[in-house]
Amino acid sequence: MQGERESMGDEHLTEASDPADEASTKSHHAVSVSVGAAAESRQRASGDAEDQDIVFDIEHLNVYYGDFLAVSDASLQIRENEITALIGPSGCGKTTVLRCLDRMNDLIESARVEGSIKYHGVDIYGDGVDPVEVRRHIGMVFQKPNPFPKSIYDNIAFGPRIAGFKGDMDGLVEESLRRAVLFDEVKDKLNDPANALSGGQQQRLCIARAIATNPDVVLMDEPCSALDPIATLRIEELMLELKQDYTIVIVTHNMQQAARVSDRTAFFTVDMSRGGQRTGVLVEYDDTGIIFTKPSQKATEDYITGRFG
Amino acid sequence: MVSRTKTLSATDVVQQTLRGRRYDLRAAAFPTALLATLLISLLFLAVLLIDIITDAWSVLSTRGLDFVSSPLSLSAESAGVWQGIVGSLMLAVVVALFSFPIGIGAAIYLEEYAPDNRFTRFINTNIRNLAGVPSIVYGLLGFTIFVGLMKLVGLEGGHAGKNVIAGGLTLASLVLPIVIITTAEALRAVPDSIREAGFAVGATRWEVIRHHIIPSAAPGILTGTVLTLARAFGETAPLLLVGAATGFFSTGNAGFLQKLTGAYTALPVTIFSWSRQPGADFRALTAAAIVVLLAVLLTANATAIILRNRFERKW
Repeated sequence: MQGERESMGDEHLTEASDPADEASTKSHHAVSVSVGAAAESRQRASGDAEDQDIVFDIEHLNVYYGDFLAVSDASLQIRENEITALIGPSGCGKTTVLRCLDRMNDLIESARVEGSIKYHGVDIYGDGVDPVEVRRHIGMVFQKPNPFPKSIYDNIAFGPRIAGFKGDMDGLVEESLRRAVLFDEVKDKLNDPANALSGGQQQRLCIARAIATNPDVVLMDEPCSALDPIATLRIEELMLELKQDYTIVIVTHNMQQAARVSDRTAFFTVDMSRGGQRTGVLVEYDDTGIIFTKPSQKATEDYITGRFG
Repeated sequence: MVSRTKTLSATDVVQQTLRGRRYDLRAAAFPTALLATLLISLLFLAVLLIDIITDAWSVLSTRGLDFVSSPLSLSAESAGVWQGIVGSLMLAVVVALFSFPIGIGAAIYLEEYAPDNRFTRFINTNIRNLAGVPSIVYGLLGFTIFVGLMKLVGLEGGHAGKNVIAGGLTLASLVLPIVIITTAEALRAVPDSIREAGFAVGATRWEVIRHHIIPSAAPGILTGTVLTLARAFGETAPLLLVGAATGFFSTGNAGFLQKLTGAYTALPVTIFSWSRQPGADFRALTAAAIVVLLAVLLTANATAIILRNRFERKW
């Protein structure tokens, strides 16, 4: 049974063909349960607990936009129920790396990816992997709040609806809004247009929308850069709460934010050695405490102490 | 000495620095010249309108609605534009039926599906070129293709295929590039952040287009297509080539199919044929018909503006 579950967890990313897999993709709740179960069963099956909780295993990642190498040879592992922060100066490729994790870069025609990104052991750039299915497991929150020009309710309900959710939609909308700590502010105006909310509320709505499909991972691309400090604080508190249930990867320009919320920090910088091209490289990846107190690289230290960037 | 330091107090110095620079003749002349160009264009329009309305006044004031509801006639006293209005409306229906689905479909494909390569760019450029092709050329195309097509499918009628369907198809191909361009612009106005939001919650391209892009672009598409219809409504030249009647004809009590395949005319064609008649009474009729045409076009434009304001979205 455990073996079966595990294979379900691994294979449901590819085109589902046998009835068991189809059943698992029918309801997104069932899907996420199978993912969790797969991770658990693997942990129990093997004694090597060290790499059992790895959600993403990124190896030798190169990303090109046309001929331009945007990120060179990045390797890092992202662990379950942790907040991983990607920091670094503008143009260092941190957003590019983030957008590879849910294959959002597929939307850019010239983008090309080399290396591998394994999600629970499955290469998401492998043959037969449907990027739409990938995004159902890996939610995303963007830099600028981007609610659909529809009602608050429809913003949340859209994802579950297209995933074939047949259960109690009202309950799911309420639960998602509660988890994003927005429900009390909007419970009387669920049918109002989402664009009427304040920026901070819109961003929490976008987080609620991202978790409504019950993903395994939530990617956040500078989620607070368009918000004031109070709204930022609320989002940070929310992230700390959400990491109980989700794995979170956040790109941020704000080093204090990375230090406050993240468990691990990856520092990227710009490498100009390739004929003036601005290529992003991963300099150092470690526990956030180490990165911000005793980094092993000089470049990291210069950046976090404000001497560079 | 004391009084001098007083006059040069800090406030005075600041005041002197902040005082506006000298009068610049060129800087003042520029907006005046721009205003003049605007007034000149408005003047042309005003002279045109006043001239037409004074000419039309004798007909419109004495006959009023009778002029609108009377059929064509050889005598100037009883001639009206009713057949022109009916013909134009029928043409508009044919244009809408053919150009809207094809044009909107093509635009959605070009904007949302087609890869951004040289071939797509080539097509895009040439659609813009097609929109600039003189309408008489489309008339020739309509004559050779659509009139022939009518004969081929047996909708010849009593007029050798020169009927309202052939005319409508000709106008539809004339406005097709404009429908594609306006629709493509409306789709491009939907911010990419909406597309990203859709994809990020696991929607397929079709679901993103169906649930987010088309509803968001619909007001813009609607406005564009209404304006396109107005353009088709005013076209004359291609219709002359595909056989809109320039003389007198009677629809009598013809059935629906006979009306579709029989002789027809359109409002601008009626204006054209009257303008070639001698005599002051036909001059007045021409002007009155122009007023009716302008009224229809202004109504269409106003509808487009109202639709746009009503459904306009804020991002």
